[in-house]
Amino acid sequence: MDRLALDVAHMFAGGLVLVSFMLLYQDRMFGLLNIFALHALVVSLSVAWQAYIQLAPHLYITAGIALVVKAIIIPVALHRIIVRLGIHRTIETIGGIGRTMLAGIALVALSITVMLPITAAAGTLTREDLAFSLSVILLGLLMMISRRNAVSQIIGFMSIENGLILAATAAKGMPLVVEISVAFSIIIALIVVGIFLFRIRERFDTVDVHALERFRGSL
Amino acid sequence: MDDYGPLLVRLVLIVPTCSAALLAYFPDDRATGRLNAVASFITFLASTSLLVVRPAPTAFLIVDDVNVVFILLNTFVGFTTSVFSASYISHEIETGRLTPAYLRFYHAMYQGLMFSMNLALLANNVGLMWVAIELATLTTVLMVGIYRTPAALEAAWKYFILGSVGIALALFGTILVYLAASSAAGEGLDAMAWSVLVTRAAEFDPHLLNVAFVFLLLGYGTKVGLVPLHAWLPDAHAEGPTPISAVLSGLLLNVALFAVLRFKMVMAANPGALAPGPLMVALGLLSVLFASFMLYRRHGIKRMFAYSSIEHMGVITFAFGMGGALANFAGLLHMAFHSLTKSAIFFSVGHIAQIKGTQNMTEIRGLTVSHPVLGWGLVLGVIAIVGLPPMGIFMSEFLIITSTFARQPALAIALALGLLVALGALLLRLNGLAFGDPVGSDARSQASFIPMFAHLALVLAAGIYLPAELVAWFQYAAGLLG
Repeated sequence: MDRLALDVAHMFAGGLVLVSFMLLYQDRMFGLLNIFALHALVVSLSVAWQAYIQLAPHLYITAGIALVVKAIIIPVALHRIIVRLGIHRTIETIGGIGRTMLAGIALVALSITVMLPITAAAGTLTREDLAFSLSVILLGLLMMISRRNAVSQIIGFMSIENGLILAATAAKGMPLVVEISVAFSIIIALIVVGIFLFRIRERFDTVDVHALERFRGSL
Repeated sequence: MDDYGPLLVRLVLIVPTCSAALLAYFPDDRATGRLNAVASFITFLASTSLLVVRPAPTAFLIVDDVNVVFILLNTFVGFTTSVFSASYISHEIETGRLTPAYLRFYHAMYQGLMFSMNLALLANNVGLMWVAIELATLTTVLMVGIYRTPAALEAAWKYFILGSVGIALALFGTILVYLAASSAAGEGLDAMAWSVLVTRAAEFDPHLLNVAFVFLLLGYGTKVGLVPLHAWLPDAHAEGPTPISAVLSGLLLNVALFAVLRFKMVMAANPGALAPGPLMVALGLLSVLFASFMLYRRHGIKRMFAYSSIEHMGVITFAFGMGGALANFAGLLHMAFHSLTKSAIFFSVGHIAQIKGTQNMTEIRGLTVSHPVLGWGLVLGVIAIVGLPPMGIFMSEFLIITSTFARQPALAIALALGLLVALGALLLRLNGLAFGDPVGSDARSQASFIPMFAHLALVLAAGIYLPAELVAWFQYAAGLLG
């Protein structure tokens, strides 16, 4: 049973990293949404499994939130927004899938070399989940910087959040996990509402403040 | 008296919550500004009582000698800003930039922000503190975008995305700290409580703490506005309503820095862990140098003072990074003076931008001629912020540089260079803004000058004479910071 518990948890966490890679190379908006729904489904299964093996029933709430909000409501809402904004045919330029994937692989290697040695004292399950969750977070960051579209950026952010939920459930007995996942859901709901209300199509071309200042002329 | 302690602590949180709910539904848009100020004043009174009453820490809330300094400063500047906000907002209604519905929303968010900052400072639980800082980010994002202009939405969006990534990194760091603590302090709430973390830090796994601190410094450092994580800060300051710029610069940056300091205390208490000082010194110095050179190229008045905030947060981070009783003491002083001075500057800048109808500095000239009170207020504020004597900032910057010079002369020289460059830039701009022939509208404003001059008077008085009790109190808090 112990061995099985570990293997299943390992499968879900590894699956999450794999789905993160799939997010990296999606160039169609709807494809991206579907893969994100899969990402959320995998994280909710992983959390539910942790709830089961750690005998921590409150984690089922987190799993439920992940499933209902992130695997169903948000993708449906974003689907509508994409149609409404007329960007459903957009093919996003990701800037060299090969290079992005290589960078992703390097990030996973980095997170494993960082996390495994320092968590030697923790249990196997925690160690591996933490290494995987750091990989998911870094891949999400990579996705956020390699995309220009506001919707894709949000999906990148939500995948970071899924990685954090995985880390929080892996830290055995951590209090406030449910509260934190609720707080995160509020952020995400607000972002989605923001995009919808303000019709933010493009990420503003750059986060470089000087460029922004120049565009705006005198200000 | 002890029986009232927990109640008073909660009052600091309950008053903003209730008034946020009340202000969200309050129909009369003339009285809301005043109501907002009254609520902030009651919160300030409740927080002053924490000086005397010191309830025992609970699982979620704690009052100790470190956070009392921050809470008092927070509620005081929160109160004076709400007074400024009342006159600022009444002008916005007259010009029709804000509708009554947005106004209710603005005031509710203002109190929501006060609540979340007080909660972040009072939290005894690292998870709760994280949630509170996240809430503070959300409320400020909503307020930065309140004018709904493309530029404001863009600024809010950028702040939102960068802030969210920052707090995501901070959460990962928090989880790692919990992991490090849970092996020594046991699973559950104890392993997230400050009171436990600081006292038992020596038993934690140092390697986990090291990695955790890097994430926490980068995560909360984004919110402090440290270079190279500062990109959201100038836009958020320039595009939001000016009272929010004052609160952002004066308070929210401090709250984020406070989070970093708390974790620095945990790191310092663990002999095997990486020394957190050099990392903070490096980021702080980088911020000072970068921001001070950037000051020369600014055209927007609020944007320029936003860069000045980056510079000063760099100075403060540098001071706390150097550590030791004297540098910490100077850092605390500098933080308090910067909050007071910078918010005073934003009070005057807010009215100036309203009168002139622009933030562009080439269209604002000769303020001391056309608007003597506002103009000289700005001159005084800038003299204070660049660190000229006899204002308080001169003293704190002097202490930081001399204490650094005794230990690391090269670092002190680099810091002094940054400060001088910033001084040059700000005085250069001030010359154009304040003197010469007036340009643009010379309409009178029904400004309330009391908050601005109250802040400047405090900074001036502290620069000339610092009461011994205050020195003893700050020195004690500085000693605790390690």
